[in-house]
Amino acid sequence: MKFGVLQFPGSCDEVDALEAARRVADAELIWHANRDLKGADAIVVPGGFSYGDYLRAGAIARFAPAMEAVIEFAREGGLVLGICNGFQVLCEARLLPGALLPNSNRRFTFRQVQLEVLNSGGAFTRTCALGERLSIPAKHSWGRYHADERTLRAMDESGQIVLRYAEGENFNGSLHDIAGVSNEAGNVFGLMPHPEHAVDVSVGGSADGLKIFNSMRMAA
Amino acid sequence: MRARVLIRPKRGILDPQGEAVQRALPALGFEGVANVNVGRLVELDVEDAAQVEPMCEKLLANPLVEDYEIVFE
Repeated sequence: MKFGVLQFPGSCDEVDALEAARRVADAELIWHANRDLKGADAIVVPGGFSYGDYLRAGAIARFAPAMEAVIEFAREGGLVLGICNGFQVLCEARLLPGALLPNSNRRFTFRQVQLEVLNSGGAFTRTCALGERLSIPAKHSWGRYHADERTLRAMDESGQIVLRYAEGENFNGSLHDIAGVSNEAGNVFGLMPHPEHAVDVSVGGSADGLKIFNSMRMAA
Repeated sequence: MRARVLIRPKRGILDPQGEAVQRALPALGFEGVANVNVGRLVELDVEDAAQVEPMCEKLLANPLVEDYEIVFE
């Protein structure tokens, strides 16, 4: 099984994502200008500041040649994980509903957060138990999840709200404490916290992030 | 011709940048200021005015959370 990790100018977490994926499978970087996904079974759109977050975070990355290929891959059912800036890119590309807005606390915040698993049946959290807590670092200034009420209701009903910040952990003001969502088909998933930074207990004290990569390996 | 696009956060959605500016103004001696919103300006020379709106829908703004206004000079 092979992960393809995209790399845009300005991405900064693609190497950690590559190394995290390599703990469970093969993985390779895919440069933004290439349409060739190199036979990847699953795609990771990494964190960072693609294209400098110019105009809006992810607004330009969604039109990169590599993303054209990823959009087609996703339409055909391929697994796509978007982390932080990657989540922003997937929302801009309309592969996921909603949008990410400036943190309500008006600060760039980097700290370990507790997440609750609300849906453990899908491709990204099947190695987790329902209601399990994951300890994963969040690192962003533009992570407040927003969708209109009608969309949120529909997402709730179809199990698309996969992760939420545990009580007291929602520093960015995301509606309904939403930390991670999937599309209706369940093959595309985005989250603001960084599972690739939680793959080794000796670094940050938690390897909970590996559960997401392992789930994808099993599901691909 | 020159197009000027003003992009602003939709009403009803929290605007922390606007709030930050609103809090800073009294400290500088400006009282009686409310409802501050911070948006974006994009200016461009275009040959076909009809293209500006699709540009806004596709790239310049995120219509889910932003409103935009196009002015031609």
